[in-house]
Amino acid sequence: MSFLNGILEWLDHRTGIQTAARKFLYEEIPASSGWHQVLGSVALFSFLVQAFTGAMLAFNYAPTPGDAYNSLRYILTELTGGRLMRGLHHWGASVMIVVVVLHMIQVFVYGAYKKPREATWMVGVVLLLLTLAYGLTGYLLPWDNRAYFGTVVATNIAATAPVLGPYLVRLLGSQNGIGVVTFARFFGLHVLLLPPLTALLIGVHVYLVRKHGVAPVPGDELLPKKKFYPQQVFKDTIAIFAAFIILFVMAVAVRVPLEQLADPTDTAYIPRPEWYFLFLFQFLKLFSGPMEVIGSVVLPGVAVLLLILVPFIDRSQMVKVTRRGFAFGFVALAALGWTGLTTAAVVTTEMPPEAAVDYSAPTDWMQLSPEELAGIAYFRRENCTSCHAINGNGAQIGPDLTHTAIHRNAAWMIQHFKSPQGVRPGSSMPPIQLSDAQLNSLAAYLLKLNPDNASALDNAPEFAVQGALVYQSNGCSDCHKVNGVGQDIGPALNGLAKRRSRSWVEQHFAAPDKLSPGTSMPPFKFSARDLENITTYLFSLPES
Amino acid sequence: MDHVGTTEQPRPAAGETRRTFYVAAIYGIWGLISAALAVPALIYLLVPPKLRKQSDWIDAGDLSQVPTGTPVEMTFRRMRVDGWKVYAEQDTAWVLKTASNQVIAYGPQCTHLGCAYHWDTAKNEFVCPCHNSLFAIDGKVLGGPAPRPLDRYETRIQGNKLLLGKLQVSAEKSA
Repeated sequence: MSFLNGILEWLDHRTGIQTAARKFLYEEIPASSGWHQVLGSVALFSFLVQAFTGAMLAFNYAPTPGDAYNSLRYILTELTGGRLMRGLHHWGASVMIVVVVLHMIQVFVYGAYKKPREATWMVGVVLLLLTLAYGLTGYLLPWDNRAYFGTVVATNIAATAPVLGPYLVRLLGSQNGIGVVTFARFFGLHVLLLPPLTALLIGVHVYLVRKHGVAPVPGDELLPKKKFYPQQVFKDTIAIFAAFIILFVMAVAVRVPLEQLADPTDTAYIPRPEWYFLFLFQFLKLFSGPMEVIGSVVLPGVAVLLLILVPFIDRSQMVKVTRRGFAFGFVALAALGWTGLTTAAVVTTEMPPEAAVDYSAPTDWMQLSPEELAGIAYFRRENCTSCHAINGNGAQIGPDLTHTAIHRNAAWMIQHFKSPQGVRPGSSMPPIQLSDAQLNSLAAYLLKLNPDNASALDNAPEFAVQGALVYQSNGCSDCHKVNGVGQDIGPALNGLAKRRSRSWVEQHFAAPDKLSPGTSMPPFKFSARDLENITTYLFSLPES
Repeated sequence: MDHVGTTEQPRPAAGETRRTFYVAAIYGIWGLISAALAVPALIYLLVPPKLRKQSDWIDAGDLSQVPTGTPVEMTFRRMRVDGWKVYAEQDTAWVLKTASNQVIAYGPQCTHLGCAYHWDTAKNEFVCPCHNSLFAIDGKVLGGPAPRPLDRYETRIQGNKLLLGKLQVSAEKSA
């Protein structure tokens, strides 16, 4: 212990760090300080968590469109703890916004922005704007449909700004639509420019808080001062811990989906902003035509300006918080407006249909050939799980099928499907009434099963399974290749999503020679559901 | 609040205990938070990614073309998984069919610093051009800085096809 003290003393003599820390911790604070002042520390903490988890994500992230998506998918599906890191970063953003706003409300109702603390307040408002800027720029970085279309709307709003609009658009690199340039700008802002700026302003903010001291309430001057450490630090720590527990639980329990790779030609996608921007989204709907700019830029701009100028608008003397009825009323009104707009946005906007594929879930099914995948459809249709389990999941009347591949070959299985008693006298399994091709498909799937992929395959999304079924029963593989299986007469279908739009593919099914003259592909008349399934399936195929 | 005491005696003691509790709680909670962030981060950075589907055995080519007793460089394609990318890349192996009809496949890199070596027909040995490591036909080090014999692939033969498995790093040190 004395050795340690020796080192500390040596260090202190050279750097003064211990003295500085002591000075920082033993700062005197007003007697009234307490639980209501913990929020600033929690905000700082949530910024640090964002910086840390952001760096962690960056270690496995490729910041260019396309690759960004693939690398995020790699983080989510292949790295242990990757989902947690993304969850912490994603929900951390929400926690940070909530905490920052609560911090601001507390300062506002206590009147802590009053002379001489005007600068502290104004820096704080800028920090709030920075926090929102992170949300806006970070939204694009997963480069899925949600990210892409959300950013299209955001940049279009920026474009409506009077005078500045065209310049903003050029600054954001979106004059020719959202693309590589916009992506690079957003990434640069999100990880290179905003963080040091935030750190600097936090430094200034904390310095100003220290310079003027924590804001006292009237009557404090009569009471003896307290020390910041350890009692207030303890309270801050408890609050930080509570926020951290909430964040951690959300990161573990609430799944953040990853939608399909951004598809600019997808005309059916309804973009919705992150929840903390929903009120603006709804507010915008109150204005139309040439008035739109008022809702999108002018009024929000005026609101921000008013917020910055709060200390100069209210120059009255500091009074007890219980007598600041006007401030309370104002906060209540703002909260009411915000809640109303947000609720209206949630209620009136059609909920986007559950993302067809959550690409952050295990996607082992994507590696299957259409024949194997169609086998899953037969497996489900024949209710095999009413007797058989897959990896312990299902009834236990027949054997668990997870290990079949090790013991049996396809020929045995097909014979067994046709006549269970013929192969295994005394078996209680009914024969399966399917054609040979269908039984082949079922056997192919069962042979693919192993304990590692069983639950992932068992949970293959219905559209993919049904899409593969359509693919298989129409003999598409007689001309096309998927995942390396099939003939080379037509083009291989992996990566179709990159080459063609959805509507093109759908029209092409109906009349191939209209869109590709001279093609030998016959027209296919699918039911609406089949068409939807096979197109979604083909679009979900891995690129190579 | 808590600093207002009425009696002289118990006050410092109570204050002391409370202070100790605060300090312990502060250290304890920060330790917990740091651990809850650092442990997952270390797992995230250190645990290797779950393996993508890769066939363990790679078809290296037709063995019937390989002469007995002379190593031949066989070229084949293999999938290489690099993080979120999968490449099909060209790879080679030096394949030797022995008189006893056994097949040995050497990894194509010198065991010294990974240069590509080649078979010198005249000298009847493998020569690495980088630092003149020499290997015998059975992979043993004949000279130069190479620390161990040539690495070998696991092999399996299916009809005329040569299948290659994992590259086995030879353990023995050259004497």
